Amino acid sequence: MLEMQGISKIYRTDLIETHALRDISLKVGDGEFVAVTGPSGSGKTTFMNVAGLLESFDTGAYCLDGENVSRLSDEARSRLRNEKIGFIFQSFNLIPDLDIFDNVDVPLRYRGLAKKDREQRIVSALELVGLSSRMHHMPSQLSGGQQQRAAIARALAGDPRFLLADEPTGNVDSLMARQVMDLLEQINEMGTTVIMVTHDPELARRAHRNVHIVDGQISDFRPYEPRNEELLTDAGVAPVAVTMAPA
Amino acid sequence: MLGYYFQLAFRNLRRNPGLTALMIGAVALGIAVCVMTLTLYRAMSGNPIWWKNDVLYAVTLDAWDPNEPADDRRPELPPWQLSYRDAMAVMESGMPKRKLIMHKAIGVLSLDDRSVKPERALTRMTTGDIFAMFDVPFQYGGGWSESADQGPEPVMVISRAMNEKFFGGVNSVGRRIRWDDREFRIVGVRDRWQPLPTFYDLNNGSLEEGEDVYLPFGWTPQFEIWSAGNTNGWKQEEVNTFQDFLASELVWLQMWVELPDAGTRQRFQAFIDSYAMEQKKAGRFQRPLNNRLTQVDQWLIDNRVVGNDDRVLVGLAFAFLAVCLLNTVGLLLAKFLNNAAITGVRRALGASRRQVFMQHLVEVGVISGIGSILGLAFGGIMLVGLRALYTLDPTDTGGTQAIAHVDVTSVVTALALALFATIAAGLYPAWRIGRIPPAIYLKAQ
Repeated sequence: MLEMQGISKIYRTDLIETHALRDISLKVGDGEFVAVTGPSGSGKTTFMNVAGLLESFDTGAYCLDGENVSRLSDEARSRLRNEKIGFIFQSFNLIPDLDIFDNVDVPLRYRGLAKKDREQRIVSALELVGLSSRMHHMPSQLSGGQQQRAAIARALAGDPRFLLADEPTGNVDSLMARQVMDLLEQINEMGTTVIMVTHDPELARRAHRNVHIVDGQISDFRPYEPRNEELLTDAGVAPVAVTMAPA
Repeated sequence: MLGYYFQLAFRNLRRNPGLTALMIGAVALGIAVCVMTLTLYRAMSGNPIWWKNDVLYAVTLDAWDPNEPADDRRPELPPWQLSYRDAMAVMESGMPKRKLIMHKAIGVLSLDDRSVKPERALTRMTTGDIFAMFDVPFQYGGGWSESADQGPEPVMVISRAMNEKFFGGVNSVGRRIRWDDREFRIVGVRDRWQPLPTFYDLNNGSLEEGEDVYLPFGWTPQFEIWSAGNTNGWKQEEVNTFQDFLASELVWLQMWVELPDAGTRQRFQAFIDSYAMEQKKAGRFQRPLNNRLTQVDQWLIDNRVVGNDDRVLVGLAFAFLAVCLLNTVGLLLAKFLNNAAITGVRRALGASRRQVFMQHLVEVGVISGIGSILGLAFGGIMLVGLRALYTLDPTDTGGTQAIAHVDVTSVVTALALALFATIAAGLYPAWRIGRIPPAIYLKAQ
């Protein structure tokens, strides 16, 4: 359902051209949990931004859920982002002067849902992450782990097909990191495709497969190895092929 | 979504109260100065009797010095007042529907009741058509008849303000009052009426106070009442008595006629030209024929009621508003960019550029609305301050009082101007913030 073919992204200034992504080709199937790893500056975040339609790309083709996004208008890309993608950021990116309820409400507002429907979704999402008792707290009144769970609730409230997580455990302690990972796995088991950027090899090992990026190119990948065949079969997730661009 | 945008706008305004106050203050100040200047300009430049512009004419005749014009700066114009002999001659014509001659005078009003203090009264000596010609409103009674002019009869119209001073505001029609120790009977009480500019007599500027008293012009020669306005002449003349004054070439009377149609206007023009030709034969009117019937709007232009200084002042006020708005644009940009990270989050969560633009435009609209309302209030306060500065008598209902009144047109104009200008000023910052790629701020936050 996410398919990139020969995607390149170049940042240009008057003096320098930086090749952030070079000829990236990747397929991610429904219900997969993919970890994207690589050293700092390797292009992981650019990859996530392009995948999340936050940035355009220079060459290549990108199909999201069967739709070619290469030539979509900003309005259509925004709608697609709103309906199909949930974002989780390292620094949570909660809006500081909105309480947790209103933070989770933000993507639902842009979808134009009715008030009652929005309220139901917000409450369900906050219950899922265990924050229903804190829905009227401000972000500053929550711990780092709670803030990240609130951000996950915000990402989930719109019932997205994709969850893109950029270093989701980067700003929480190890105990909280495990809880966040447990939550992401739980979400994945419910059928949402998860793509997670991480530096942590231990967390990366918990994904179905790893994509390693170096200098903007996929340099290595670990083929799909189900952790629990029985569970995945129950969830209806089928193994998918991963292709790497020729060097 | 509009309701949501308003919620966000008010929330954002509370987030940076200092910056918000600066922006609203800048808009309000610019608007206040504009409102004040526009109000003054309108008061000074508008045609206060526009609905009769096609029928009212100021009459001027050029019997001035054969060697030089009445006004070197406007040599094409005849003097703007008439001599007594010419005014009386032209008044003989039966062509105009209405006609009047008049001049300003000063008298003292008093009652037999010594407990009421006498009052200095600005007086207009006039023929009775003035009230119908200029649509003067009455609180009680009305003007006087033509026979009262001819008599003359000892009748008087007083202003509402004088009626309140002398009679406590009750209907005083039929009561008697003394003007310079001569007794008159009140036939009418003029209601509030302050045409600005005072087009009918520009003797002492265009923002002259309204008259307290109106008396039949027939009393001027009878009581030898000298003009309290300008008297101009060009010829060496012996003026030792009031009769000398009336027989002289001195100009001191204003004359207006009401001519209902173009035909009457042409015939009346021919009449005054014919009079001038007759006078030429008698050795007067030695300048080229230059007798004019001037409509009110042209009259205000000819007499430079709105000077270049006033226009420059309006220009400066708008320049000041532009500076205030430019500052507001800068502050808006700073504010929006300061919140760019949050905008980035909203974009990531599905807000389109159009939605981000609209959200920020609503915020600009809220700032503009609050700034405009405050600006109107400040403008009103400035006008009241102006009135306090230039009006010695706080109970006077004259010109400076009237200029301190913000009329509906000025308010609507200023509001429309403020909203349009501020929203126009906010378009760029709102557009700019929508164009910023969200990814830059998501990592940085």
